Amino acid sequence: MTTDKTQPTSVPTAEAGAPAPRTTLLRALTAAGGAAAVVSTFLAWTWTAEFPGDLTVYGYPGGLQLLTLVLGIATGVFALAALDLKGLRWLTPSGSTQALRLLALGTFAVTWFTVIAIAVDLDGLVNLEPGGWIAAVVTAAPVATTFLLPDDSRPLRRPKELPSWAEILIIAAVFAIGLYVVNYGIQTDADHPEPFLGYLIAVGFAAVALVKAGLISRISELTTSYRSVTLVAALITAIVFPFFQDKSSFTELGVNIAIFATVALGLNIVVGLAGLLDLGYVAFLGVGAYTAALVSGSTASTIDVKFPFWAAVITGGVVSLIFGVVIGAPTLRLRGDYLAIVTLGFGEIFRLAMLNLDGTSGPSVTNGPDGIPNIPPLEIFGFNFNDDHSVGGVTLDSNGNYYLLMLLVTVVVVLIFSRAGNSRIGRAWVAIREDETAATAMGINGFRVKLIAFALGATLAGVAGAVWAHFQSTVVPEQYVFAGPVPPNSTFLVAAVILGGMGTIGGPLLGATLLYLIPKKLEFLQDYQLLAFGIALILLMRFRPEGIVPNRRQQLEYHETGQLDVPGATGLKDGAVGVTKAEA
Amino acid sequence: MTTTTTSPVLTATGVTMRFGGLTAVQAVDLDVHPGEIVGLIGPNGAGKTTFFNCLTGLYVPTEGSVAYRGTVLPPKPHLVTQAGIARTFQNIRLFANMTVLENVLVGRHTRTKEGLWSALLRGPGFKRAETASKARAMELLEFTGLADKADHLSRNLPYGEQRKLEIARALASDPGLLLLDEPTAGMNPQETRATEELVFAIRDLGTAVLVIEHDMRFIFNLCDRVAVLVQGQKLVEGTSETVQSDERVIAAYLGTPFEGAPGAEEAAEVEAAESGATGGATQDEAQRGPTARTEDGQ
Ligand SMILES: Nc1ncnc2c1ncn2[C@@H]1O[C@H](COP(=O)(O)OP(=O)(O)O)[C@@H](O)[C@H]1O
Ligand SMILES: [Mg+2]
Repeated sequence: MTTDKTQPTSVPTAEAGAPAPRTTLLRALTAAGGAAAVVSTFLAWTWTAEFPGDLTVYGYPGGLQLLTLVLGIATGVFALAALDLKGLRWLTPSGSTQALRLLALGTFAVTWFTVIAIAVDLDGLVNLEPGGWIAAVVTAAPVATTFLLPDDSRPLRRPKELPSWAEILIIAAVFAIGLYVVNYGIQTDADHPEPFLGYLIAVGFAAVALVKAGLISRISELTTSYRSVTLVAALITAIVFPFFQDKSSFTELGVNIAIFATVALGLNIVVGLAGLLDLGYVAFLGVGAYTAALVSGSTASTIDVKFPFWAAVITGGVVSLIFGVVIGAPTLRLRGDYLAIVTLGFGEIFRLAMLNLDGTSGPSVTNGPDGIPNIPPLEIFGFNFNDDHSVGGVTLDSNGNYYLLMLLVTVVVVLIFSRAGNSRIGRAWVAIREDETAATAMGINGFRVKLIAFALGATLAGVAGAVWAHFQSTVVPEQYVFAGPVPPNSTFLVAAVILGGMGTIGGPLLGATLLYLIPKKLEFLQDYQLLAFGIALILLMRFRPEGIVPNRRQQLEYHETGQLDVPGATGLKDGAVGVTKAEA
Repeated sequence: MTTTTTSPVLTATGVTMRFGGLTAVQAVDLDVHPGEIVGLIGPNGAGKTTFFNCLTGLYVPTEGSVAYRGTVLPPKPHLVTQAGIARTFQNIRLFANMTVLENVLVGRHTRTKEGLWSALLRGPGFKRAETASKARAMELLEFTGLADKADHLSRNLPYGEQRKLEIARALASDPGLLLLDEPTAGMNPQETRATEELVFAIRDLGTAVLVIEHDMRFIFNLCDRVAVLVQGQKLVEGTSETVQSDERVIAAYLGTPFEGAPGAEEAAEVEAAESGATGGATQDEAQRGPTARTEDGQ
């Protein structure tokens, strides 16, 4: 909430004096190590192009070598920043050593992963060219030097005031880089797990390094002070995404990510804000999808009507809302875990009911296991979603169309989440989550407020389900299970919320993206997906219970320590921080 | 001191609360008049917090009724607050992960009515209501001296300030009667004095106060009237002087006059009093000392 973009910090005394010669030497060695890693990527690491990404060419880094290259450059540049090279100091506002360690480790891990993968995949170390050996050795060296460096962590250094156009440019650049990084991951070769695994390793180490260097804090200060710019930038980034995909299947990944992220965000209202554990959330998605399918005019539908798309979506939302109220009204009067049990049951009942409403076991509504196929393609104002459309020279195919449509739903849900969350009703949700007794004693009608959250969550899932049914052009009962190998399922959605960070907008979006993309790209994981979920969640609960994206309250804590540590306007040493416009 | 003749803000008649075989509160009658500060004292386990819970609808009294300004209240906490009774808790119950300001804004809940639609549509009415709520909340934070901490998480406040924040949050519902459950527990003497001033200031704003407290100096400085609860029953009710000089109270609860020396001497006197006619629970209490805190109640 604090939008104070200038972090008050004092420069620690250790900073004041010149660093010990040993430290300088180690930093220089690290920089050299980074450079050597870069050079090594220009060598051939193996002799055959059988290993994915073609690492056989001299003078032209490819495949996994690119990751080593980028991390090597980053190590070198951050080491130079640590050496106080003028013009680079802005890279490490809260200390360089930890960031350097992580970058060096990341370079090392990616390179060794590649080298070992070559040896394993191609059966034997003989398959390594000298370049591979060199890379392995030169990336190990900086790890050693960075771990000998003294830790120089410090409170965030006060950044130099920049003109606002420069700060806006930084935000734009951050989103552009973000888009590039995401694209790189999405476009990795799905037939081989190696490139994506390497990508995950590299991104993981780099992200933590940026956090440790203080750059992420810097960026989040900027994004909070330019909220609307950030929102526009995020929206543009999301809109242009399909235009950068050279394969339609990549766009399809994008559509699915958008759908699951949206549904997870809807669930986050229920779980994250109001603290109600809904273990059958996917059923509301199903209610919306089935309703929309029934009124879509599909030849397989048992109801002979054809609603326009907008009406189908509204119907889906409304029917979901009704189910939400019917499930919620009796259950939400009780405290405790009843809701979790009832929703768990509802999820299963929904699936079984859809299976059995086939005309033999029950009334003929859903065609049982066959589901409702042949949902006609969407057409809005003559714009057929299944056709290709050219916009200014770039063609948008069916996946692209649906992606943009889904994105619209995502934006609406984000708006609803942030507006509802940041209001009287949102505060009442959080209060109920924090302490229901105290909340009711403050005049909050717990039942009513919880029911609103639960019903709102159900409605949003219903709307998303209606769109999803049209995108898939079919609905079948087996999509709506409690836990299963393919998303969406209730476990997936809850895990996305918890992994990402409860109560935040970014959390479920990121959580759903990771949980969807990782098993998709690592096919060997598919059979073990639930196991991997379990392990990931246990590790998360142990090491980062608040999720990947800390919510604004944790940020506040951070700000508070800033306030307590620093008496007023110390550390106003603009001159000491060499950030120039050119570097921004 | 109790010369008020106006109709009472609070009328509790025959409030009884039984938990299975245990009668925690037994047929307690109590009136609080506008502009009054009334103290409720008694050893730990006497049923004071349970009585508060009955007044505020957190417990449904087994027998008896509670009326606010002549209207009998339904035993639903949010309706009680809506009617005009606000409270704090003995073991602080703030919304730990909300900011100080947000805590007070939650307190405004009953006095505002913007629902989901208005939040989603963000019309001018919503913005006006939100601004007004924030202004009122900041006013209350000024009043309690927490304004400069508005953006802090409430769980990061020091103990004394958390108690103050609970009071500010309760005041946010513009109550006609404020119930304070041990507001100075865990405070140092300066903080206790400050809280005393705060309670006077609240009374001067026109809110009647009913306060549970173990700090006798606090109670006798502050209260126009004091009721003593022992083992669920109201033993005595009257001015500070009456209560201080009542033998049964001394025997059952104080053990020693409130200015008395602490420590061994006090314990000895308590034991002397004990040989009178008091039960085990009372002895327990006296040994823990008058400011001992427990995790009981709400
Ligand atoms: N919910 C409950 N269930 C059973 N017993 C209770 C409950 N709440 C309070 N009690 C009992 O009622 C008695 C009075 O407790 P309480 O009102 O908290 O005392 P005080 O606030 O005066 O210290 C105690 O013996 C306590 O154990
Ligand atoms: Mg008590």
